[in-house]
Amino acid sequence: MSLTDLTLLELAEKLASGQTSAVEATRACLARIAQVDGKVKAFLRLDERGALAAAEASDARRATGTRLGPLDGVPVAVKDIFLTEGVETTCASRVLQGFVPPYDATAVTLLKQAGMPIVGKLNQDEFAMGSSNESSAFGACHNPWDLTRTPGGSSGGSAAALAAREVFGTLGTDTGGSIRQPAALTNTVGLKPTYGRVSRQGVIAYASSLDAPGPMGRTVGDVAALLQVLARHDPLDSTSAAVEVPDYRADLEAGVAGLKLGVPREYFVEGMDPQVEAAVRAALAAYEKLGATLVDVSLPHTKYALATYYLLAPAEASSNLARYDGVRYGFRAREGKGLKDMYGQTRDQGFGPEVKRRIMLGTYALSAGYYDAYYLRAQKVRTLIREDFTRAFTQVDAIVTPTSPVPAFKLGEKVEDPLSMYLMDVCTLPCNLAGLPGLSLPCGFTREGLPVGLQLMGRPFDEARLLRIGRAFEREHDFTRRLAPL
Amino acid sequence: MKLSVEQVRHVAGLARLSLSASEEERYAVQLSAVLDAVAQLEELDVEGVEPTSHASLAAALLREDTPRPSLTPERALANAPARGGTSFAVPKILE
Repeated sequence: MSLTDLTLLELAEKLASGQTSAVEATRACLARIAQVDGKVKAFLRLDERGALAAAEASDARRATGTRLGPLDGVPVAVKDIFLTEGVETTCASRVLQGFVPPYDATAVTLLKQAGMPIVGKLNQDEFAMGSSNESSAFGACHNPWDLTRTPGGSSGGSAAALAAREVFGTLGTDTGGSIRQPAALTNTVGLKPTYGRVSRQGVIAYASSLDAPGPMGRTVGDVAALLQVLARHDPLDSTSAAVEVPDYRADLEAGVAGLKLGVPREYFVEGMDPQVEAAVRAALAAYEKLGATLVDVSLPHTKYALATYYLLAPAEASSNLARYDGVRYGFRAREGKGLKDMYGQTRDQGFGPEVKRRIMLGTYALSAGYYDAYYLRAQKVRTLIREDFTRAFTQVDAIVTPTSPVPAFKLGEKVEDPLSMYLMDVCTLPCNLAGLPGLSLPCGFTREGLPVGLQLMGRPFDEARLLRIGRAFEREHDFTRRLAPL
Repeated sequence: MKLSVEQVRHVAGLARLSLSASEEERYAVQLSAVLDAVAQLEELDVEGVEPTSHASLAAALLREDTPRPSLTPERALANAPARGGTSFAVPKILE
């Protein structure tokens, strides 16, 4: 067994007991990346020097008997949406090519303070807009389970790097499902924390009222350990929650006996792949056997979530992306006829088609005469969607659904059809609209060997319970132990 | 909702995007389809429903107004596509 086949917690143990070193682990990651990333394309760029320096510092600490935390020395990587001081950050967009941030995102600072070497920046959809990683300006990422298929998006690189065993943990962001959907498509675990649980400071904004940075890993335990590093109040982010951080691993093995799990009928949608449905139903049966009670619940406004999301997110994006004008950073088009022309040319040449589509949609929805009909109405429907969840959580402890209605699809299959691509997020985005935590974990494979994900959604700041419910299933099944054939 | 090419051009102007003619035509078709799909929201009666503008579940917190070090001009300008002294340089605004 190679070092990179270990889970994050297994590596942490080996580091603690001195069976391996942080430098050895980091070199193993870099070697694995050199071996497979030409095919997977999970990384946009590496920071070998920075990672090895951090690993050496970690080993030096260990030699003197001090550690920064339980994950000191464990190599990770972050989505290219996180600012990294001194390391180019592009958000997978041409408009930011060459941008070298002068500071770190808070989440990145926290990884560094925990002693974790950051080996590089991960591929994603441009500005986190997409569900297949194909909108990356630097080329699509490939699913390690089948290289002709997408790993999902927008945190496709974060998921694929884990499935390909290139690093032990990653960071992603989830605005409409961008952590959970790629986790489901790659047999990995992804957590979208409660809005405000993990700081957005230094995370390039897509839709500010929905964006949630979060951890991804190969097991539920790995994700719990990473969340422990990331969850805290950040005075630099006014939307960061000052809510106490529990010990996420304390009750991880407590099981599900006595818990009530809601099964919303609206999530078993028409057009869902029958093999996905079968795997999810089998997981539900497994939970019953473990002592949980399944409760039918209804979230009646679910069918309006997609339309609500595709008005609100582009509206916020059109405003956030106004800052890319070629003046302060990034790409500037060759100068034409004055300032306005420079803006227009810079933005037309700098942004890819999906980003422009969403800017246009958002600008239209916010423009004079349409604000009430589109944006304001969508915000009101958002209230109805939130109230559905509030009502359901008076009856149940968590809600269980499929993460994605279909397994990984072929690269190129949906690129020209935005509406069919948007449907990929149908199960995940209500959770973002309501600001709730959501966890995706492996729950089976199709006959073709493609992973299927299970989604758990919980009450605000109830991540610990979601992780415990996820862990109860994981302990009984070997899906997370199955490795992609690569 | 059918968007005309003229409307697309108007919105592109608001968004400071200089689209090509073929982009304008493509977006007219694609945006019309998305707007048709989102028209579904009109089915709902939202009379009296308060809008949710944010997912934040905790009240916004204010931090102490204490001075902190900020970026030096050199670092703030380090990514500028064009600069003049300690300023970002842009094309002429007034003729």
